[in-house]
Amino acid sequence: MKRLLILSTALTGFAFAAHADITLMSWGGAYGAAQTEGHLKPYTAATGVATVMVDSDNPAQPIKAMVEANNVTIDVASVEYADAIRLCDEGLLEPINIADLPAGTDGTPATEDFLAGAVTDCGVSTDIWATVFAFDTTKFAADAPKTAADFFDLEKFPGKRGIRKGAKAVLEFALMADGVPAGEVYSVLGTPEGVERALAKLDTIKSEVVWWEAGAQPPQLLADGEVVMTTAYNGRIFNAAVGEGKPFQIVWDAQIYENEMYVIPKGAADVAGALEFIKFATSTEGLRAQAQHISYGPARKSSMKDELVFNDGKTVMAPHLPTAPENLTNALESNFEFWVDKDAELNERFNAWLASN
Amino acid sequence: MAEALLTTSDGRPLKAALQRAQGRARRRAFWLVAPLLAFVIITFILPIAQMLHRSVYHDGLSANAPGIVAWFAANPAGTAPDEAAYAALADDFRKMQAEKTAGLAGTRVNYTLPETRSLFTKTARNAADLTPPYREAFLAADPKWADPAVWVAMRSAAQPYTNDFYLIAGDYERNAEGKVQRVPENQQIYVYLFVKTFILSAIITLTCLLMAFPVAHLLATLPSGKANLLMILVLLPFWTSLLVRTTSWIVLLQGQGVVNNGLFALGVVPDDGRLDMMYNQTGTIIVMTHILLPFMVLPLYSVMKVIPPSYARAARSLGATSWTTFRRIYLPQTLPGIGAGALLVFILAVGYYITPALVGGADGQLISNLIDFHMDKSNWSLAAALSSLLLGGVLVLYWLYDRLIGIDNLKLG
Repeated sequence: MKRLLILSTALTGFAFAAHADITLMSWGGAYGAAQTEGHLKPYTAATGVATVMVDSDNPAQPIKAMVEANNVTIDVASVEYADAIRLCDEGLLEPINIADLPAGTDGTPATEDFLAGAVTDCGVSTDIWATVFAFDTTKFAADAPKTAADFFDLEKFPGKRGIRKGAKAVLEFALMADGVPAGEVYSVLGTPEGVERALAKLDTIKSEVVWWEAGAQPPQLLADGEVVMTTAYNGRIFNAAVGEGKPFQIVWDAQIYENEMYVIPKGAADVAGALEFIKFATSTEGLRAQAQHISYGPARKSSMKDELVFNDGKTVMAPHLPTAPENLTNALESNFEFWVDKDAELNERFNAWLASN
Repeated sequence: MAEALLTTSDGRPLKAALQRAQGRARRRAFWLVAPLLAFVIITFILPIAQMLHRSVYHDGLSANAPGIVAWFAANPAGTAPDEAAYAALADDFRKMQAEKTAGLAGTRVNYTLPETRSLFTKTARNAADLTPPYREAFLAADPKWADPAVWVAMRSAAQPYTNDFYLIAGDYERNAEGKVQRVPENQQIYVYLFVKTFILSAIITLTCLLMAFPVAHLLATLPSGKANLLMILVLLPFWTSLLVRTTSWIVLLQGQGVVNNGLFALGVVPDDGRLDMMYNQTGTIIVMTHILLPFMVLPLYSVMKVIPPSYARAARSLGATSWTTFRRIYLPQTLPGIGAGALLVFILAVGYYITPALVGGADGQLISNLIDFHMDKSNWSLAAALSSLLLGGVLVLYWLYDRLIGIDNLKLG
């Protein structure tokens, strides 16, 4: 009997320990690895709390199902900016107060240290990332593509293209390639004619497109020679090129950047623990730690004061970040209000276009 | 002569005693199948019923904005919104802001009228500014609140039960006056995809049949040693994970894949003329045919195994050519197997999702991929409506099969 009691107490102890875990759902691949190295491992080292990483093609998608089924199996999710706003509006996320976040290491309070818009009602920015396009330098030795228009030029640059299967960042990219200035993209895309114009531009290369869905696919498609150029998340290309020595080059023209947000799904098993983790991960040092593993820019001013160096010990990160001044000459900040509102409608239109021949 | 009543030894009428005994046996039998029955109801009937319900039900607006719902109920359609309506709406918005449900309500209205979602969330964020006079306060928040189309859409969304999702699933929409009309041609997608799904499934079924028939015949007629080896070759892929099989096809068929590299090395195709066999309709057909092949081979084999070879020999000895023998004697006897295999493959193909998602590219997508898309985009009601239509289509085919061939003739093994 006594032994049974000890055993059951030990088991209960295990159960509690299991509850104290922090489960983070992110995008897998190089990005997931950067968060594991930059946030999860240091957090476990600092607090002793075990952490678990779960991969998804888009972590925003399972949240609604989890909350509605009352079975939230994750504590923190890494989602796109527009999704953080949308899920928050639908009451699917726990609110986060910016005043609770730690001040920068230089003493600047969080409200002023974070870049504008980097903290919302329910989310805190972990980095600023961009959708760019990249090409295989071995395929275009003499004359390399330089602009978004080149991406759509099959005569000058023959070969298959990779594009993310979805409306977001694809329609904007097509319009910018068609000559729409960055400042007017969303007003043009807000009209039915603008949407048709973007799709017409995509029509010119539709037969040559390989559509990808997971962020890890584009570097793979380039490496396999399945495509000669592809849209991609800039950090994935950076890690393949600098980290693994692949002959890939990023074209920053018509890049579309936005914040990536940590959010806590409503009804997470350990909301307080999740908030502690987010405080740790989005502190000055937390943001720097992640940025040392992938070329996504930190959203705190204090994180950028000292020079960031990649984990190979020599590559300076600054020129590889979406926010570097030389990369911003023709750049577009993703408009979350536009996508929160039109995501469903434009994706349906995009799907209809995709399915038609 | 009065008929003597048959009784049991203890004097009860035999008929009643028999009925009681049989009733007891029936009850006992019922308790034996009860676990399965409960299992089927809980894991199969209830979810399907719930899905059907969801396809006509969405309480995003009606549950979260009771004030305006009551106003719609009190005032007939076509009434211009008065101050009372705006006042009720203001109350609702304060409530929705406190409960963080404006997004849910807006999402529901957005299904009927695009671009209203942000109207709701924006107004809710500024709910504190909604003070009398309410109409002016709403117009100050967003001039769209004066748009009659918004009010028509809200009236439609205020009913929790709606056929809106079936309208969308059939490529129809409601215009500003509430009339049903087809969506513009370049936005029609669902009917096209339904038709395409059924056509592709029919093609896959046919190719499966053409490839499985000779194999099944060999299996049934070879000596058992060789037949067993062949059977293992049929079953081995059947036991391999679906994902493994699909991705190995990608390795084989992609532009830089084994097949294309082989053809290029042999000089059959030039380097820039490599065959497009992956990420399109061709890929979907090839891979799904391979994956569904065992479902055709096994029923055919089980039927062919029991066809006595003496029938064919008798036909030949009576002077029939081999073609006539096949057509008049062998083929008719395999019909139950063909029917079972074809029905099985077709129904599986119609609902297939993972393979088209991985190898289908843009034009190899089936309706199930769109259902998945709407599950992801959290429009579950539309996903449910599309699923219900798919279910209905399969049931109609099943009924047709029953009328034409007869479900009793189905032989699965």
